[in-house]
Amino acid sequence: MAFENLTDRLNKALKNLTGKGKIKEEDLQASLREIRLALLEADVSYPTVKKFIANIKEKAKGAEILEGLNAPQQVVKIVNDELTALMGEEAAPLNQSEKIPTIIMMAGLQGAGKTTTVAKLAYKLKKEQNARPLMIAADVYRPAAIDQLEILGKDLDVPVFSEGTDVDPREIVKHGLAQAKEKNNDYVFIDTAGRLQIDEDLMTELSDIANIAKPDEILLTVDAMTGQNATETALGFADCLDLTGVVLTKLDGDTRGGAALSIRDVTGKPIKFVGQGEKPTDLDVFYPDRMASRILGMGDMLTFIEKA
Amino acid sequence: GFSARFNKFLANFRSVDEDFFEELEDTLIGSDLGFDLAISISNQVREAVKLENIKDKKDIRDLIIRLMVEQYEEQGQDEDQSMHFAPKGEPTVILFVGVNGVGKTTTVGKMAQRYKDEGKKVMMVAADTFRAGAVKQLQEWGTRVAVPVVAGAEKADPASVVYEAVEKAKAEAADVLFVDTAGRLQNNVNLMQELAKMNRVIQKVLPEAPQEVLLVLDATTGQNALQQAKLFQDSSEVTGLVLTKMDGTAKGGIVFAIRDQLHLPVKWVGFGEKVSDLRTFSAEDFVYGMFKDLVE
Ligand SMILES: Nc1nc2c(ncn2[C@@H]2O[C@H](COP(=O)(O)OP(=O)(O)OP(=O)(O)O)[C@@H](O)[C@H]2O)c(=O)[nH]1
Ligand SMILES: Nc1nc2c(ncn2[C@@H]2O[C@H](COP(=O)(O)OP(=O)(O)OP(=O)(O)O)[C@@H](O)[C@H]2O)c(=O)[nH]1
Ligand SMILES: [Mg+2]
Ligand SMILES: [Mg+2]
Repeated sequence: MAFENLTDRLNKALKNLTGKGKIKEEDLQASLREIRLALLEADVSYPTVKKFIANIKEKAKGAEILEGLNAPQQVVKIVNDELTALMGEEAAPLNQSEKIPTIIMMAGLQGAGKTTTVAKLAYKLKKEQNARPLMIAADVYRPAAIDQLEILGKDLDVPVFSEGTDVDPREIVKHGLAQAKEKNNDYVFIDTAGRLQIDEDLMTELSDIANIAKPDEILLTVDAMTGQNATETALGFADCLDLTGVVLTKLDGDTRGGAALSIRDVTGKPIKFVGQGEKPTDLDVFYPDRMASRILGMGDMLTFIEKA
Repeated sequence: GFSARFNKFLANFRSVDEDFFEELEDTLIGSDLGFDLAISISNQVREAVKLENIKDKKDIRDLIIRLMVEQYEEQGQDEDQSMHFAPKGEPTVILFVGVNGVGKTTTVGKMAQRYKDEGKKVMMVAADTFRAGAVKQLQEWGTRVAVPVVAGAEKADPASVVYEAVEKAKAEAADVLFVDTAGRLQNNVNLMQELAKMNRVIQKVLPEAPQEVLLVLDATTGQNALQQAKLFQDSSEVTGLVLTKMDGTAKGGIVFAIRDQLHLPVKWVGFGEKVSDLRTFSAEDFVYGMFKDLVE
């Protein structure tokens, strides 16, 4: 049952359905229920699902069934188009500062993939633009967090600014930015410690860091395997920070990644990058349409529909 | 949180009709219980409401809680929630497995302290030779809890590091050896095979080991955790779960589904980053935590 393909589900729900013309009301009901379940199974949060289903209902009511498609395929197409639209049509690039350095700050729960993503992004910019990034180690809490960033920096030949664990992260960031100015770095990454959105002290620290650094980009890093809690987490971080975008990590797993939709829905911020593995090269620009069919559990179906 | 949503849901409903049950399904799904189980519980509620002719809001609330606790306990009936140890004189090996970033290394550190406090001679081995800083992280935990850490050369084969550690634990008559492995996604076949190899290597030295293979799950994980449990079980004989990050706002409802389908007991709960933030699992506490706002 779990992870069943949406098209299969719709086909089952709409077994008796053939012919052309408008989609019938009762058939639509049956398919909407299946879509709802598919989205929930993909971990899209249920308020988002509700809203989404209402949208689809509107769209599908008057829709003519296209030549070459049957009703389930037609519904899938409507859903997919709508999902892609919700997710943001275009890939969103990294914000750029007018003056160097462009400052990019990470935020997120523990273990989401912030440190790894910092290294991946720095590596990408270095490779693609010949950039001279600096990474600031502002996680003084997690054991060996600084070592982790320093090892990554050494492997990738990207400098790391660190002052050990006895200095306040705010100060570390100040000093790191000063060094970046001095050394003419064109990008600065701030690797922050993982924290719960309900941890007031640490959330204050995070907003202080943002006030000090005035980053061009504050990237919320979210594990793609996150369940229904994604909404609450994202809202918590969005409450305290002016998020500019989202990085979705660990998409190399077999998760549907429905959290992506919920987060996009509640924050309105674009997902900019996706992590697809642990290596520095495993970072991709986010493509909304691919994510849409993944959440719905569809592979080739879409290519078929696109051709119709 | 779940309880807040649940309360809102109860406050909103006027009559026990189809909308009510649809809403109940959604709400249960909203706590990461999973679709199948949410439907099953909702259906049980539907039956009971009919049977007992329940109309009152408070009665239906009590019914739902009762059913969930029952369901939970029933699923766990034949499960063995205790930790298993080797006979005296032989080291017990406890292997930690799981996907990336869930809290394996942290839990190893916490648990090492715990068994050390019980007077056991404890050792840890850093079998994550892959992730940057992983060895250093465990070594810092080792310093923090004053427990020796076996580490191999940089980028060494994890199985060979484990082999060395098991030999050492045997030679030095350690009571417990904790094996901290690298995070791996369950669909990564090569890495899952590496885990199986680690198991074989351990058994070369200690045929009865590992006594425990603990799969660490992050409470914020959604439906994918079920897949994790299934596939990790396939590659090594998982003996129990550790549910981490329960200090956050996620309820970890997915362990309901895992109990339901795979009958894996939760043995430990992690609820913070400090060494003391670990406790054994209690079904009562867990269900209570889920419905806290509702019951109080
Ligand atoms: N498979 C996979 N693993 C990832 C990805 N991104 C990060 N990881 C792994 O996830 C784990 C946690 O990553 P970190 O970068 O340490 O996460 P973090 O958010 O910095 O963690 P804290 O600093 O402890 O909050 C590590 O094992 C990483 O290798 C990804 O896209 N795919
Ligand atoms: N809030 C909270 N954070 C936790 C808990 N357990 C672990 N963490 C944090 O989660 C992050 C990842 O923990 P690790 O122990 O490094 O996880 P891991 O599974 O060993 O990660 P990899 O080895 O990279 O796969 C760290 O920042 C930990 O401090 C917990 O119970 N609650
Ligand atoms: Mg980090
Ligand atoms: Mg680890």
